[in-house]
Amino acid sequence: MSGALARLRAGDWSAYALLPAVMLASLPMMSLSAWLTLTVAGVAMGMMLFLMAAGLTLIFGLMQVFTFAHGAFITLGAYLAVSVLGALAGWSVAGSWWLNLAALGAALVAALIATGAAGYVFERVIIRRVYGEHLRQILITVGGLIIAEQLVVAVWGANPLPLAKPASFRGSIIIAGAAIEKYRLLAAALGLVVYAGLQLLLSRTRVGLLVRAGVENLEMVEALGYRIRRLFIGVFVTGAALAGIGGVMWALYQEVVTRSIGGDMTILIFIILIIGGLGSVGGCFTAAILVGLVTNYVGFLAPKLALGSTIVLMMAVLMWRPRGLFPVGAG
Amino acid sequence: MRRGAGRRPLDWLLSGDRPGGRVLSLLLLAVLLGLAFAPFLFPGTRPLGVAARICIFIVLAASYDIMLGYTGIASFAHTMFFGMGAYGVAIALAKLPVGWDAVLLGAAAGVALAALVAILIGLLSLRVRAIFFSMITLAVASFALILATELRDLTGGEDGLTFSVPRLLTPGFRLAAEPVLGVRLDGRLVTYYLIFVLSLALFLAMLRIVNSPFGRVLQAIRENEFRAEALGYRTLVYRTLAGALSAALAALAGAMMALLLRYNGPAVTLSFDVMVDILLMVVIGGMGTLYGPVLGAVVLVMAEYYLQPAMAALSRSLAGWPVLPVLFHPDRWLLWLGVLFVLIVYFFPAGIVGSLRRQAR
Repeated sequence: MSGALARLRAGDWSAYALLPAVMLASLPMMSLSAWLTLTVAGVAMGMMLFLMAAGLTLIFGLMQVFTFAHGAFITLGAYLAVSVLGALAGWSVAGSWWLNLAALGAALVAALIATGAAGYVFERVIIRRVYGEHLRQILITVGGLIIAEQLVVAVWGANPLPLAKPASFRGSIIIAGAAIEKYRLLAAALGLVVYAGLQLLLSRTRVGLLVRAGVENLEMVEALGYRIRRLFIGVFVTGAALAGIGGVMWALYQEVVTRSIGGDMTILIFIILIIGGLGSVGGCFTAAILVGLVTNYVGFLAPKLALGSTIVLMMAVLMWRPRGLFPVGAG
Repeated sequence: MRRGAGRRPLDWLLSGDRPGGRVLSLLLLAVLLGLAFAPFLFPGTRPLGVAARICIFIVLAASYDIMLGYTGIASFAHTMFFGMGAYGVAIALAKLPVGWDAVLLGAAAGVALAALVAILIGLLSLRVRAIFFSMITLAVASFALILATELRDLTGGEDGLTFSVPRLLTPGFRLAAEPVLGVRLDGRLVTYYLIFVLSLALFLAMLRIVNSPFGRVLQAIRENEFRAEALGYRTLVYRTLAGALSAALAALAGAMMALLLRYNGPAVTLSFDVMVDILLMVVIGGMGTLYGPVLGAVVLVMAEYYLQPAMAALSRSLAGWPVLPVLFHPDRWLLWLGVLFVLIVYFFPAGIVGSLRRQAR
């Protein structure tokens, strides 16, 4: 614990330097405009990945709870986006920027509330009974994932559903000869806002202080008389709601929703958590952007290797730093 | 338990690990007899295929149980090892002249690769926190799935490989001109009995392994890894060996699957759905006892083939009700197995076998 703090104080520059290093190293391999497009795309993808992964890193970090069902909240958010934007089709296709934003906002709020509520039920019904038992946590959440996926299919059907972006967010703008999709800028902005909000919450409020202290040393915080379990419910609900928002954004980015959307993202999210270090929101943010960038660069240079490259990246980071780039807590 | 070993032939065969309980023994005997005489009891191509799948999945689920139930490690890469064995045989038969040497070579290559990769994953877990293990296996398994779909020249990509098997196993082959007890003695029958005998032998070998001193150490690791290490056992070596063994056995199951289907593709042996099936089999049947996966495999394969028609009938009869017809739609069979899975993890952690054993006491 103190080792992590000391390293942060000493200025852990090599972990921080990884992101710019990856960006610079890829520059000679492509034209500047392609690089700019890919970098923005990668950052936007990373921001969306961060939305989905941020809650999970705290869930792991705070209570050492291993859930494989996080993808279910992403899937739920994605399908809710289809339903809400379908119901508000008039707003979504209108030429007005404000109506488009309102439609997206409605989808986000619906996903926030619904996945937050689903997260509460999931924590109370499924997770609560298996605190501290890792093997049963893994099994039970895989069971929960099966049930959740099947319920989603029962409601929305098994076929992929198309999902159009609201009119104003389609197309791209040209900056310095590079085409940059508007939607990606929007996704990056939302991700930044959530990141800033989370960091403020964690560093400036009493609740955030308790969460950070709990991640570092759970027993000590409990010994001081705080009810970490009650706090954990809040973290779990927040994590689920963020995953739901991430699901909405990712679904709109892909423009198609399949039932495996959550399961596919889960693998990427685990890679991000492992690279970033469990329990670290900042590490999660850096790792998410790193994964987004690498996916986009490699996807451009060698399309077949895109997902494989992130797994190789994870292995390399683990060889270098077995506990991730920015480890937190006593572990 | 060990005193009995070596005295009676049955105890020798079962390594002194009897099922325990009359109901359970009868059930397992019924499974054994049903599988041994499947071609004569349930004539037809489809039932024979179902019986062969049950045999293969018994080996696959039991080998997974060595990791999950005996050592207490949740790995999500088991289908990858299954796929390695299947692709080994498939690639050998598709690229080399068809013959038994190709089958053996392919299976051996698949088994060796599976054991090697399992050892590498095990050594990696030396460097990382133990809690990363499940996540890393998931990532490695998805990497294998990508490789199998992308290396099109070798694996046939998304479409997979269709290949010929040695003549003895082809449907056109006749062992005898006349049918015996109304069953034609053709290559399908030979394939089935090859798979049945191999599966039985592998199952008995696994029983021997888990009841050996090695198996006891694995259980000690499951119960308390720290204590096992303090007693002087190198837990990493044992864990890695268990992983390699389990991977090699899964690869053998995969080789049998390839011979049965005369086809192999990513969806059959590598997809996450297969992993979920294995998990359901082991947990529903009962973790930490090899008899559990036997019952689990029977229940799940039968459910896959025969639950859907039953649910279709139920769904039709509920047509007037709200919501219910949707929930009992034949495609929702996995939903109910998922519910069963969660209930079993909560209330009967020892699964069917554990519950039956407790009743017998």
